[in-house]
Amino acid sequence: MQITLFITCYNDTLFPETGISVVRLLERLGHEVVFPLAQTCCGQMHYNTGYQQEALPLMRQFVETFRNAETICIPSSSCVAMIRDHYPKMAEASGDAALAEEVAALLPRVFELTELLTDKLGLEDVGAYYPHRVTYHASCHSLRGLQLGDRPLRLLRKVRGIDLVELANIDQCCGFGGTFAVKNGEVSAAMLAEKMRCVENTGAEICTAVDNSCLMHIFGGLHRQRTGIRTVHLAEILASDGSGA
Amino acid sequence: MAETRELMLARIREAIAVQHGPELPLPRDYERQGSLSAEARVETLLDRLREYDAQIYEASSENVATTVTNLCRQRQVKSLVVPEGFPAEWLPAFGGMIPEGELDRKPLSEIEAVLTTCTVAIAHTGSLVLRHGPGEGTRRLTLLPDLHICIVREEQVVETVPEAFDALREYVTAPITFISGPSATADIEMTRIRGVHGPRYLDVVLVRG
Amino acid sequence: MSIRVGESASAPSFQQAALALLDDTQLRRNVRHATDVITRKRGLVVGEQADWQALRDAGSAIKRHTLRHLDEYLLQFEQAFTAAGGHVHWATDADEANRIIVGLVKQHGGKEVIKIKTMTSDEIGLNPALEAAGIHPHETDLADMIVQLGADKPSHIVVPALHKNRQQVREIFARAMNLPDLGDRPEDLTAAARRYLREKFLKVKIGVSGANFLIAETGGVCIVESEGNGRMCLTLPEVLVAVAGIEKVIPRFADLEVMLQLLPRSATGERMNPYNSIWTGVHEGDGPREFHLVLLDNGRTKVLANPEARETLHCIRCGACLNTCPVYRQTGGHAYGSIYAGPIGAILTPQLHGMQHSQSLPYASSLCGACYEVCPVKINIPEVLVHLRGKIVEEQSANVESVAMKAMAMVFRSPRRFEAAQRLGRIGQWPFISGGWIRNLPGMLGNWTAVRDLKPMPQQSFREWWKQREKSNG
Ligand code: SF4
Repeated sequence: MQITLFITCYNDTLFPETGISVVRLLERLGHEVVFPLAQTCCGQMHYNTGYQQEALPLMRQFVETFRNAETICIPSSSCVAMIRDHYPKMAEASGDAALAEEVAALLPRVFELTELLTDKLGLEDVGAYYPHRVTYHASCHSLRGLQLGDRPLRLLRKVRGIDLVELANIDQCCGFGGTFAVKNGEVSAAMLAEKMRCVENTGAEICTAVDNSCLMHIFGGLHRQRTGIRTVHLAEILASDGSGA
Repeated sequence: MAETRELMLARIREAIAVQHGPELPLPRDYERQGSLSAEARVETLLDRLREYDAQIYEASSENVATTVTNLCRQRQVKSLVVPEGFPAEWLPAFGGMIPEGELDRKPLSEIEAVLTTCTVAIAHTGSLVLRHGPGEGTRRLTLLPDLHICIVREEQVVETVPEAFDALREYVTAPITFISGPSATADIEMTRIRGVHGPRYLDVVLVRG
Repeated sequence: MSIRVGESASAPSFQQAALALLDDTQLRRNVRHATDVITRKRGLVVGEQADWQALRDAGSAIKRHTLRHLDEYLLQFEQAFTAAGGHVHWATDADEANRIIVGLVKQHGGKEVIKIKTMTSDEIGLNPALEAAGIHPHETDLADMIVQLGADKPSHIVVPALHKNRQQVREIFARAMNLPDLGDRPEDLTAAARRYLREKFLKVKIGVSGANFLIAETGGVCIVESEGNGRMCLTLPEVLVAVAGIEKVIPRFADLEVMLQLLPRSATGERMNPYNSIWTGVHEGDGPREFHLVLLDNGRTKVLANPEARETLHCIRCGACLNTCPVYRQTGGHAYGSIYAGPIGAILTPQLHGMQHSQSLPYASSLCGACYEVCPVKINIPEVLVHLRGKIVEEQSANVESVAMKAMAMVFRSPRRFEAAQRLGRIGQWPFISGGWIRNLPGMLGNWTAVRDLKPMPQQSFREWWKQREKSNG
């Protein structure tokens, strides 16, 4: 199957290893990955911070770039939620009927990575090997936005060598919230402290999630505290097969 | 005053004239009718009432009066007010009884207990519903005394809240009180504590058969 | 017109207020405990209600339908209520409502009133208005008493004194009621409240209340409560004055079968709260002989006029969104500077103000969505928050943030500019890197590095990696 990757702006810039992992994983599973260079950002940060005007051209750009893609894979649940929950309304509000139609036609082809693997490709065991103690953080967008349910866990459970430990209060927000982490830095820090406590209590070496945004925030705190715990995007775990590649 | 009313209505009309989606039918897919057997329904009611800290007594229609008499004795009740229309055959043999009509003898606030019937009881939520008709007394009657004894006939028990509303259909403009356990509060550390201003004790006599 | 929402117009920003509250160890502990208990209890009773989602759908639809025909339902209510012996008053704002209520109390020669918990009266600042007229309001809800006797502010819409624990309540009661030997078991405290208020209930001739639901079909009023103080205030006085927002009306008596299932489970995590009173106007020989109802606008019609946010008016004030909110759980309610705290406060307060005040509130959320998930009438609070942020951005003048956001949007609009910016960023970040990490950023971004390290941008972006691979694959 040909799978078109929307890497998202922040993964592209800050977390290339996540994108590389998605490519390696999907190719290992026998699929062809395409990466249109015209892509940039879905517009989520602007939209959520109140700059909805600025988000509109970014939506148009996304639609244009991915218009002909058959299957779109996005390793970020918050960006998928942006596209799924807000694009239809934005398109409708723009008064551009053709755009609204295109958005509607595009949505069924948009998949978050774990949706792609479990729903579209029907997989749980992707042949990964990851001999570490890992805990899974359910980001708010994956949990309540996309309702991913246990899809990520189903994939993780099939990883060989993994020691998967449950995170307490898994439905609690880590305190990232995009610009919230900066605008309300102190409250965000208090929320983060609680999340870090839960992560530390698991005894895990690695905290994973389907969103690097939360992980950047959680790792930022864990590193500042010198806890020695790392965060790793789920794609990287699923891509590891012990070959060291 | 009339101007304010017109002004507010005009503002409301202006506000609701602004763009609405299509008017959709109201979905009512929630459970209307319960599915429990009569026996299970009653058991559920009693369980939930117990959870609220109510005392449960069971009686047959013949021995309601004795049950109430014993209960009052046990609780050392000295005064008991009984509303108008309360079934005569259920009246306890009890010296401290004061009919509602004779309340001028003693202020309500000094009476220890009140004995009433109810209109319907809801198993699902453990609620007794009074519409303050005959046998149920005025609202204050079941409020000031510290003990409320309520007689519930088995056949008055419904399972769901919507079923209770069906039963109340004839009484929509009556004063209605849902009572779910003795008065309580959760205001201190979010924990339900029994007994604030309303009756601190709720005794329910379930009449079978 | 003077729209007032408590004292929120002069409140400090959320960020500022939160900063001080985060240092209040006791308060945070109390808030955490209370919200933990209530969310756990709610989870249990909602979990056992198999048709919960269907009830939410029905509740939300009833509210949406009512708002759409609000004028008709209010008129229907007015007619039925009047026919049942009640008097309806209309008030466009807080001052007007206060004038009406104070006038009614004075007309009956009242020097004191007994009050049932009503957020609406806090919204309009009724107590100060009564006091200014020489009338003493006695709050009778336990939590409201704690707040009133402690000269405090409510921090929650259902349990206003949730930020106090039993020891603190004991202290307040012991002082105010002159009971030096009062114990600190909740039973001791409720018994003290019972004794303290009993005589007031029997003596005071005028009651003041809010309303949970107004029933258009019958002219009935429904009040939901726990302690029995509500029933006291509704039935013992000779005169009852209720104040209710115009959005409190529901079409039919039977609609309560939905609302009375949604509200208690959401509010206190109980299958049913101890008492619900439903009554219609004046009942001969039972309860007050005079019943006045003040219908309040105070900014609500402005909320109603906005199709993107009017669902805010669905709110039945259950407080579930507060209890579940990870932000509220850290700060408690006082940070919101409004009697309406938490997620609902963050959308309601600024809207009532016509977005003139409380502009920091729509940002007091990480948009985690927990509020929407629990809301019994399905208010999509995160979506309304984002919409309100948009309004604030629209109306603000250019500032550092808006310039930066616009510049970034420009970068994102072109893949070429985006790539150039990635390269530039890599160079620009080097002064901030120490030991392989960014630990200290200037300006607003310093809020990030205050508690978090930041990994520097890697030397190769994903797209650079991709291009390189394409090239080498030929
Ligand atoms: S917004 Fe919803 S959850 Fe929050 S108080 Fe109102 S009804 Fe309850």
